Amino acid sequence: MRLPGKGLNQGAKPITFSFNGRHMMGLEGDTLAAALLANDVHLMGRSFKYHRPRGVLTAGSEEPNALVTTGTGGEQDPNVRATQQEIFEGLEARSQNCWPSVERDVMAVNDLAAPFFTAGFYYKTFMWPAAFWEKLYEPMIRNAAGLGALSGEADQDRYEKAFAFCDVLVIGSGPAGLMAALTAGRAGADVILCEEDSRMGGRLLAEREEIGGKPGHDWAAEALAELDAMDNVRLMTRTAVTGAYDQGTYGALERVSHHLPQRHSLKGSHLPRECFWRIAAKHAVLAAGAIERPVAFRNNDRPGIMMAGAVRAYLNRWGVAPGERVTLFANNDQAHRTARDLAEAGVHIAAVIDSRHEAPDGGPYQVIKGAQVCGSAGRQRVESITVRSIKGEEKIQTDCLAMSGGWNPSVHLTCHLNSRPVWKRDVLAFVPAEGAVPGMVTAGACNGTLSTAGALREGANAAAKVLEALGLNAAAADLPDAEDDPYRIAALWAVPGKGRAWLDFQNDVTVKDVKQAAVENFRSVEHMKRYTTQGMATDQGKNSNVAALAVLADATGRTIPETGTTTFRPPFVPVAIGAIGAGATDEGFKPQRFLTSHAESEARGAHQLEVGLWYRAAYYPKPGETSWRQSCDREVTLVRNAVGICDVSTLGKIDVQGADAGKLLDHLYTNTFSTLKVGKVRYGLMLREDGFVMDDGTTARLDENHYVMTTTTAAAGQVMAHMEFAAQVLHPDWDVRFTSVTEQWAQFAVAGPKSQELLNGLVAEDVNGETWPFMGCGEATVLGVKGRLFRISFSGEHAYEVAVPARYGGSLFRELLKRAEAMGGGAYGMEALNVLRIEKGLITHAEINGTVTAFDLGMQGMMSKKKDFLGKPMSTREGLMAEDRMRLVGLKPVGAAKEITAGAHLFTPGDPVERIYDQGYVTSAGYSPTLGHPIGLAFLKEGPDRLGETVRLVDHMRGVDTLCEVVSPVFFDPEGDRARG
Amino acid sequence: MRITCPLCGERDRREFYYKGAALVRPAEGADLDAWHEYVNLRENPAGPLDELWYHEMGCNSWLKVTRDTATHEILDVQLASEAGLGGET
Repeated sequence: MRLPGKGLNQGAKPITFSFNGRHMMGLEGDTLAAALLANDVHLMGRSFKYHRPRGVLTAGSEEPNALVTTGTGGEQDPNVRATQQEIFEGLEARSQNCWPSVERDVMAVNDLAAPFFTAGFYYKTFMWPAAFWEKLYEPMIRNAAGLGALSGEADQDRYEKAFAFCDVLVIGSGPAGLMAALTAGRAGADVILCEEDSRMGGRLLAEREEIGGKPGHDWAAEALAELDAMDNVRLMTRTAVTGAYDQGTYGALERVSHHLPQRHSLKGSHLPRECFWRIAAKHAVLAAGAIERPVAFRNNDRPGIMMAGAVRAYLNRWGVAPGERVTLFANNDQAHRTARDLAEAGVHIAAVIDSRHEAPDGGPYQVIKGAQVCGSAGRQRVESITVRSIKGEEKIQTDCLAMSGGWNPSVHLTCHLNSRPVWKRDVLAFVPAEGAVPGMVTAGACNGTLSTAGALREGANAAAKVLEALGLNAAAADLPDAEDDPYRIAALWAVPGKGRAWLDFQNDVTVKDVKQAAVENFRSVEHMKRYTTQGMATDQGKNSNVAALAVLADATGRTIPETGTTTFRPPFVPVAIGAIGAGATDEGFKPQRFLTSHAESEARGAHQLEVGLWYRAAYYPKPGETSWRQSCDREVTLVRNAVGICDVSTLGKIDVQGADAGKLLDHLYTNTFSTLKVGKVRYGLMLREDGFVMDDGTTARLDENHYVMTTTTAAAGQVMAHMEFAAQVLHPDWDVRFTSVTEQWAQFAVAGPKSQELLNGLVAEDVNGETWPFMGCGEATVLGVKGRLFRISFSGEHAYEVAVPARYGGSLFRELLKRAEAMGGGAYGMEALNVLRIEKGLITHAEINGTVTAFDLGMQGMMSKKKDFLGKPMSTREGLMAEDRMRLVGLKPVGAAKEITAGAHLFTPGDPVERIYDQGYVTSAGYSPTLGHPIGLAFLKEGPDRLGETVRLVDHMRGVDTLCEVVSPVFFDPEGDRARG
Repeated sequence: MRITCPLCGERDRREFYYKGAALVRPAEGADLDAWHEYVNLRENPAGPLDELWYHEMGCNSWLKVTRDTATHEILDVQLASEAGLGGET
């Protein structure tokens, strides 16, 4: 019910929204919960386990009950807290965990079966037979469990991530936070003030206590105006700080557009849904306030039973009275403000029940002292409560019970770096330990200081402390007068009696469940939590954990500090994975790298292959070719018979210069480069320090102190880091510098018997066996462009690689293709490149798989005996040179079924096909059009000694079981005459 | 976590690649036990540890970072090139 003239929203615009299909009116600035209460809707959802009717309990992000679903399809948001979701024109929200409707929920039968669903129910019931677990129990439990549901569609919303930096991060904008921000801001510090609510002010918006002779919210408004005018202060509303991390890093979730109607139409909306901030703060002031805790008594979960502080918030901020005959149940003085404020607003107070005999007298209403509420009645909303006092039990009619068991300081962020909170007796609550988070100071209610004056004082002091550390001068704090009433609280966690008294509303955990856990010896608070599910799910037990452990302490005969708390972990409020991973979907997750030849390849209909982030042409289909194999065979053949063109720019290219360049290369590679002649290229093998092969590639010496080395496409980044390691960490005194030039040069293989002829029309220089002998290199003028020409071959043919600055890559590729095609050649892709190199027994990272040694590859001869190189000592271990290691061989099929598949394992014919008989495995395979049969490369035990033997090839994945002959890995032109000629 | 690169200043740990303990490479000709220790054996203390980090998304510097593994406190950062980890050559 909305009270005219009450609340801070005078003159606010009316807004239409719907809940469970019913259209209603609210006011701008209302949360969904406030607007529903204004429409006298208390029943908002159903509980997790028993499907009990539930209403809103709180007015903040700790809300356990009033969770709703908004949006549909890819925009569906489950478990939206009605206490945070602001209404907007056209908002459609619905209850969850109920069917067919929140009023009549079929699953409410669970409540009747409650005796069976006690603590540990799952563990006791679904134990046997074991086979039932996967097929029956788990699907059944999964189906019944959970609150809101996902739509199953891809999330259509956009998220952002952002970084921010500041001197002081102030978390929370109540009196302590505002005072801290003012003090720090006035001293000139860079301040970020984060507030999870849509409006700054914290409890000042919910209370009527005055500051400096004016209403608290007016003081807050003035403070905010002052802060807003400061260039060094950034105010962030709807931003919950979710975690504290090392070195002053904080995570924060900004709800950017949940409150805006256009988000739900997407079109025209350019705002993300949420933004996840990483804030690097030199210092932080935690002023996160406190969360009021309920009292456990029989049936304390009915709609209409709410936190006393929340009732004040609905009344004083939104002008909404949650009932017409309100009762209050409390154990502390502060809660009496609820009765006072309601009475002054003209709402009837049926009674105030205080568990303390020395409770204060209030205003024009009855205060029953030394009494307890021991039960409630009503169907979908509370209708009456039962009060037990020295005079016996008495029933009081009421439609709203405000309760307060005291306040729990929000210590969560102080515990994210492993600190445990400490028990403070006078406020019966856990408060942050001193120095819990380096650089963080706590102030106000989160520190256990519950008066407004105390909050202002601590806020100013916290800021002064931080400013001193920053070396800034703090002006003497000018603290306004404010309420400084004593808190006065007496312990009251659970009212004794029969029946179910709820602790954790969200997970349906009762006092009885916690006691049962204790009886079954789940005495540790962490065990109790897992056994009962206390404190799990979206609210993480924000209002219930302390009461639950108090009950556990009582049941196990320990004190509360002895019992201890469970572990507080980030995030403080639920954070969508989409927000944390913002930007990391599709291309954002995996950026695409395109070659300079990409456009031309696409134009020719090439099928693309992803190689790391690169896209490379796999093959270029011609009209009439119906399978990749046809294209691949043709491309292999054109290289063998004429000339083929292939973009090889993806190989890592590192430009190495300096007097010690050769020395560094000698150190990196097993073989020697310092002796390489200028104008020559050499193949090199690189080991890891543990002696296994890391990478291979060719290096060209362009000048005395200038080399260009190439890495494989896959290992380019790894090799660069390895090389930096060698140069910076191991040999900082060497005179050598290097940089990646992979993207600066476009490089094309020109391979085949007609390659020399093609190049002679293309480059200005005369290309012949003298000027560019096999493994020769040098500068070349490519159609007027200064480029480089290398006579190297990855196909076994007479071949070159021609390189030009990347900006000429596209045009050179087109020109090369035009000339090649005129000579009966053309483009070839990765498939053909792979077949060509397998025919020659040349290795790639299919062979260099991290477990092979130079010896396995038959390259032990490349390991120089004359010099030290990375990995040399470890490569000499006898196990790495053992004859029975799996070593590189070639395979060709024998018999009728001719198939070789990569990944297949090899066995001696007659042996069982079992792991212990494994003789090796196939690393690369393809069909050789040159030889007319499939070929493969494999690692086989004692391989080179078994040439001519027959092995059995088994590939369970593809259902292949065939025989192969072990042959030399070089299938074609073993003497290498074609490449050298 | 934030690491202060001597060249770039304080940066988020996402810019860095972690290698492991910062050890001095054995001298040329050291026996295999020394190499085995260098390549495979680690102390794993709960407390200060010298580590190697690579400023991969920054200046490509290898850094020797002294970090308390129990608290993640960064006690010291220096360029690995000035840390004498290359051993005798």
